[in-house]
Amino acid sequence: MAEVKPAARPLSPHLQIYRWSWTMAMSVAHRATGAALYGGTLLVALWLIAAASGPAAYDTAQAIAGSVLGRLVLFGYTFVLLHHMVGGLRHFIWDMGHGYDPQTRMNLAKFSGLVSGILTLLVWIVAYAVR
Amino acid sequence: MLSKSSMRTPLARVRGLGSAKSGTGHFWLQRVTAVANVLLTVAFLLVVISLIGKPYPAAVATLANPLVAILMLLFVVSGAVHMRLGMQVIIEDYIHSEGLKILAVMANTFFAIAVGAACAFALLKLSFGG
Repeated sequence: MAEVKPAARPLSPHLQIYRWSWTMAMSVAHRATGAALYGGTLLVALWLIAAASGPAAYDTAQAIAGSVLGRLVLFGYTFVLLHHMVGGLRHFIWDMGHGYDPQTRMNLAKFSGLVSGILTLLVWIVAYAVR
Repeated sequence: MLSKSSMRTPLARVRGLGSAKSGTGHFWLQRVTAVANVLLTVAFLLVVISLIGKPYPAAVATLANPLVAILMLLFVVSGAVHMRLGMQVIIEDYIHSEGLKILAVMANTFFAIAVGAACAFALLKLSFGG
């Protein structure tokens, strides 16, 4: 009888082994957005410190935040923040023991990008309406 | 680790090396701050976006408004706690060298507290600083 050799297998299957699925992508996105927001708090702190430091510092911060690039960053920050929030809401549903069947699981992940996009637009429209 | 000639039983060698028994507390605080953040995040975003392009006196008046200031303070505190817990998980997942891991987890705590304190101080100064 021929000697049976074990096939060369990766010892620890990692991301590249699996076909990408929506749940996987959104799981990665949740961690990535979380890490990005972690750094983003520095911008929040700088903006608040500028406002607390007086008119000169505030005007500098406002010139940066109010520029096209500044608004773009703030818009992106809003999307990232809301995407992380929607991801968190998805986790709440799972924490309650719901949404585990394959179709629901996939739909929850699939539409979280769309929902956070709509929420981002909504927040900006409301914020511009109340100003 | 211990040499192979150790007289200690395998069980004795691993006793006390288990979890720190603080995992549930970590998990729960992450969820509690997450629930708080759902409401506070939306309030925070509305305040910040509505202040773009506003002149200094108007911006200070808004940020010094008690309701706005309290919501912003709560967001900063809840956010700092939440992000510290989240980053700690990322560190523990990817950094395996014990010394580096402890340093990173410590630096993470310092960063979260520093950012939280800086934001809180700025907000309080805007309200009380005159």
